[in-house]
Amino acid sequence: MTPPSSSSPPEPGAGAPDRRALIAFAWLWVLIPLGYGLYELVRKATQLFTG
Amino acid sequence: MTPPIAPPGWSRWLVPPAALSVHLSIGQAYAWSVFKPPLESALDLTGTQSALPFQLGIVMLGLSAAFGGTLVERNGPRWAMTVALVCFSSGFLLASLGAATEQYWLIVLGYGFVGGVGLGIGYISPVSTLIKWFPDRPGMATGIAIMGFGGGALIASPWSAQMIESFGATSGGIALAFLVHGLTYAVFMSLGVLLIRVPRPEQTPDGRPAELTGVQVSARQAIRTPQFWCLWVVLCMNVTAGIGILEKAAPMITDFFADTATPVSVSAAAGFVALLSAANMAGRIGWSSTSDLIGRKNIYRVYLGVGALMYLLIVTLGDSSKPLFILCALVILSFYGGGFATVPAYLKDLFGTYQVGAIHGRLLTAWSTAGVLGPLIVNWVADSQESAGKSGPGLYGMSLTIMIGLLVVGFVANELVRPVHPRHHHIPAPRKATDDSSVEQQSA
Repeated sequence: MTPPSSSSPPEPGAGAPDRRALIAFAWLWVLIPLGYGLYELVRKATQLFTG
Repeated sequence: MTPPIAPPGWSRWLVPPAALSVHLSIGQAYAWSVFKPPLESALDLTGTQSALPFQLGIVMLGLSAAFGGTLVERNGPRWAMTVALVCFSSGFLLASLGAATEQYWLIVLGYGFVGGVGLGIGYISPVSTLIKWFPDRPGMATGIAIMGFGGGALIASPWSAQMIESFGATSGGIALAFLVHGLTYAVFMSLGVLLIRVPRPEQTPDGRPAELTGVQVSARQAIRTPQFWCLWVVLCMNVTAGIGILEKAAPMITDFFADTATPVSVSAAAGFVALLSAANMAGRIGWSSTSDLIGRKNIYRVYLGVGALMYLLIVTLGDSSKPLFILCALVILSFYGGGFATVPAYLKDLFGTYQVGAIHGRLLTAWSTAGVLGPLIVNWVADSQESAGKSGPGLYGMSLTIMIGLLVVGFVANELVRPVHPRHHHIPAPRKATDDSSVEQQSA
């Protein structure tokens, strides 16, 4: 199995850019709509116990 | 198109959101039912007619994943995601034109045929790339993406319903809703197209890319191995068993407790269906990640073996306890989702990463088969039991027993899975002893 690596290794002498903002933006892009879907799901699922 | 290679320092944690942006979009397919009643009233369609775009879409999903897999491997994930974006969005735009002009065939062609190609190519587009970025946790990585397919319906269902309510259930309102869907999904999926990167090939001492060491089997060769067909049976049986619950979830829980002191209302049954969706989604990420720890063969032993036990509990004790019935159904649905999400990693263990996306595409024909088989068994058996004068839990006894049988067949097929014989390898494995025992090691 290939050894785990969290990112491509930077080339010698080249400073790897900080991508934390991009990572946060990308995850928010997908998690916000997913959160909306889950919220609606929970609202509906509670009907099993209250309906 | 040349696959986009990651620049130095590119984080692998940018790849799952890229995959999710595609899967959360195409997962909308499972929320098609929202459009059925308005289409039926606006265009004077029957229930069977209004289901056509969805059914054609699922058929096209299976076909394009099976036949387009090799192209996806050759051209890379960005090409695949672009094709998925163009097909899925333009499918909606064509459907919008069809609704506006009241030409139903255009809705079927657009959403079903064109959009269906987007579903299939989009479904397999990130699988191989995720496995290459997360060689240490392939189950978790593919679990995240495939969970997105389940999540897509959760988002689209209330969103589409609200849109129809705002725009009106007329042909013009539906056309506008389709238009907004097409444009929104095009923007949303573009994140995946822009972010997706394949890892930089790290060289091994013998000069070959690290990702191509170990067992490597081509897609063409994989379908000639018994392992592929054993896994095909495993997936087909697991999905059929899950559909057995999904297809009849609401009437089943109502019928099981109709003659008890606490009958289940219509809204409570809808809540039960929603809870099953949550279990389906949680199983995709939860069980698939667990497979990285306990091994692929073992996790499928759980899906199929414990799944059969859960069905047995429902058949024997289901009507005596509502919590027990709900718990068993939730576990079965979590295994259903887990089965989908774990299979790419199982394929990677057996056939390597060389053409794992294409092999996965071919394996998805098992899903298409189960999609026909599952509802057919459950509906046919329920109808025949009703004709025989049975009611309550008695309506479902036979179909649930059939599901147990199917899961046992799947369990046996999983037990027959062995490491792939070296004669099928595309590239001779340099570390034969280690690679040949990898499946069994993970099972230990």
